[in-house]
Amino acid sequence: MTTDTVNESLDDAHNDDHHDHKMTGIKRWLYTTNHKDIGTLYLWFSFIMLLTGGALAMVIRAELFQPGLQIVEPDFFNQLTTTHGLIMVFGAIMPAFTGFANWMLPMMIGAPDMALPRMNNWSFWILPFAFAILIGSFFMESGAPNFGWTFYAPLSTTYSNGSTAFFVFAVHIMGISSIMGAINIVVTIMNLRAPGMTYMKMPLFVWTFFITAYLLIAVMPVLAGVVTMLLTDTYFGTSFFDAAGGGDPVMFQHIFWFFGHPEVYIMILPAFGIVSTIIPAFARKKLFGYSSMVYATASIALLSFIVWAHHMFTTGMPLFGELFFMYCTMLIAVPTGVKVFNWVATMWRGSMTFEMPMMFSIAFVILFTIGGFSGLMLALTPVDFQYHDTYFVVAHFHYVLVTGSLFSIYAGAYYWLPKWTGHMYSERLANWHFWCSLISVNLLFFPMHFLGLAGMPRRIPDYALQFADFNKWVSIGGFAFGLSQLIFLAVVIKCIKGGEKAPAKPWDGAEGLEWTVASPAPYHTFSTPPALEEDKA
Amino acid sequence: MTTKEYESYYVPAQSHWPIVGAVALFMIAFGAASYVTDIKNEVSGYGGYLLLAGIALVIYMVVGWFSNVINESMTGKYSHQMDNSFRQGMSWFIFSEVMFFAAFFGALFYARTFSVPWLGGAGNNAETAAVLWPEFTASWPLLKTPDGTETTGMGWYGLPLLNTILLLTSSITAHFAHIALEKNKRSQLKVWLGLTIILGLTFMFFQVQEYAHGYSEEMQLYLTSGIYGNTFYMLTGFHGMHVTLGCIMLIVMFFRILKGHFTPENHFAFQAASWYWHFVDVVWVLLFVFVYIL
Repeated sequence: MTTDTVNESLDDAHNDDHHDHKMTGIKRWLYTTNHKDIGTLYLWFSFIMLLTGGALAMVIRAELFQPGLQIVEPDFFNQLTTTHGLIMVFGAIMPAFTGFANWMLPMMIGAPDMALPRMNNWSFWILPFAFAILIGSFFMESGAPNFGWTFYAPLSTTYSNGSTAFFVFAVHIMGISSIMGAINIVVTIMNLRAPGMTYMKMPLFVWTFFITAYLLIAVMPVLAGVVTMLLTDTYFGTSFFDAAGGGDPVMFQHIFWFFGHPEVYIMILPAFGIVSTIIPAFARKKLFGYSSMVYATASIALLSFIVWAHHMFTTGMPLFGELFFMYCTMLIAVPTGVKVFNWVATMWRGSMTFEMPMMFSIAFVILFTIGGFSGLMLALTPVDFQYHDTYFVVAHFHYVLVTGSLFSIYAGAYYWLPKWTGHMYSERLANWHFWCSLISVNLLFFPMHFLGLAGMPRRIPDYALQFADFNKWVSIGGFAFGLSQLIFLAVVIKCIKGGEKAPAKPWDGAEGLEWTVASPAPYHTFSTPPALEEDKA
Repeated sequence: MTTKEYESYYVPAQSHWPIVGAVALFMIAFGAASYVTDIKNEVSGYGGYLLLAGIALVIYMVVGWFSNVINESMTGKYSHQMDNSFRQGMSWFIFSEVMFFAAFFGALFYARTFSVPWLGGAGNNAETAAVLWPEFTASWPLLKTPDGTETTGMGWYGLPLLNTILLLTSSITAHFAHIALEKNKRSQLKVWLGLTIILGLTFMFFQVQEYAHGYSEEMQLYLTSGIYGNTFYMLTGFHGMHVTLGCIMLIVMFFRILKGHFTPENHFAFQAASWYWHFVDVVWVLLFVFVYIL
């Protein structure tokens, strides 16, 4: 899509509602209604959470470096795996994508800001408090949640260590934050697009966030419902998940995964959007099959509501249920295959260059596909009986979440850093970040497949001797990957402080309204909607 | 194409209400969590006070925030596009509420279709039933749980039927109030809206009566009375909370109308409150069918 602004003066004079003099110091960030400020807050918050969750993972990998109990007690180990999962899912990946949405969506669709700017601020500032409660529970008498990030009943009810209430209320306010953030995204896209930007002319990035926001609005309330039942079961004597009162612990899993499966697409669809923006830019070709990409994303989102029980094949479901969920799950491989095909077809005969956003995107396509294939293996009911609850599952979801979601976040960060900061990042340092991450992440997660196939269960602090060699390599990969992320911190700080001045459009092939404004992007963009040049292709 | 064609979209300056709201939610979450934890551990703590303070702060925040918004609206800062943002925001909020209720309806259907019959030996669960609770027979409403807790079922006639009629009527009066507002017939508007509020409050009064009846010695239907009592009180309880919220919204609208707010063209807040009221009404109809009748 070729776009251009008619209105050159961006801080439009006749709009006196805009306060261009921003407050200084802490008040600017506490009171802000500016989508760029809030996007920055989300991104920094998610990076801090990434390092926090990563630090917990380092302790886990240190404990698993060799068999036997060395560093932590088994109960504390459970707290580590649980909090690591919760922080990474709700604190690192999701807020990072919301940060991208905040920064980029209004600029991409030519809107003055998010549709509901004050609510936007509220959505963000709930998060640090929610995570203060969650992480704070490490320092309480009960200890942190120790029942796994999936908090299955009765581990989280009858056998809880007493942290359930803090966990439940932390999740409640995170959910409020997510729902408000999602409503804001939906309303912004539906209502604030520049005149002439029809739905099928929106950048694919916008489409993926649009669909993701719908998923969030649909399933976060279900999460709120299930943690409420957990709360009443634990503290008010109900028996939703207790067979003695007519309930069923398996019912917990059904309701949880009805949230949980769309949730995993909430963490990958925006990644598709980012990669679909970057690959055409560096292949200097239009995205292959734009409309099929839109329909594939929508299909994945719809299918995500009818596949939840593939997480529960070993619970003793009726055979028909197992077959239904197996086939529905395998069906998802079709739209996902369409996407991977389109990315490759976009690169086909493109005049490609390999700057950092492209490197991370290509790594994403290859490594996410590996994660997708192991997902396909897990979808097969009979073999899942073997893989269930082993390191194979751990390998699978880390491939899709780390080399998938996280790599796309890095790709997006490198792509838009010039727009955010006004400076080019250091390509040399970024290369270090990329190659160190790429090698170590595969050393970290690839052997986990073999461990899982050989039968090593997940979520254990100790293991049988035959798993020792692989675990040692995995741990070394883990430490290396963790340290490599500090290079990214260095890249970002260096880029904020200075560096080569970035032009309005630093990437040759980049398209979209965000490149029509200066770098760094002015505090207020598109106070009046830009005009779109007609699509000629 | 000139830029003059477009109304400008109001982007508010910095606001301190969101951070007040975030602190308030923190106090509520941390306070409530401490409170229930302390009760379970049978120790006394400060959680309850923190929870109450948090709720007070939320009320302060909502009043302050909404006053800002009302002022901005009354002084004509909002464009038609802004009105659309509010409308769409409210509709998706209501959709999220629908999904919240869906979780509890899901639990109800699961218990009725799967877990209770399975505990009674249905499907391939004969062995499970024989080993775990051989005395147990499956039925709905589940009046005797596997572990032997007994209770009585709440009938659909009497109070629940009356409440259904009250709430359905209130949805109609709310609609008439909306029509009156659009035709700018202010006195009719006040009458219909007042009637809606009275019907809503009467519903809540009867709902409390019904709970008192449920908790009486005669019925012994408690929140803890197995999956029937659980789903009954959780569904009707959350519905009741939503009716309360809806009533508060309508009362606020009533006072705003007395002050002369809203025009036939511009009345988003009234519309939102009315949508919300219809939503709690629809939820009640589903409740009446699946919790009381069937």
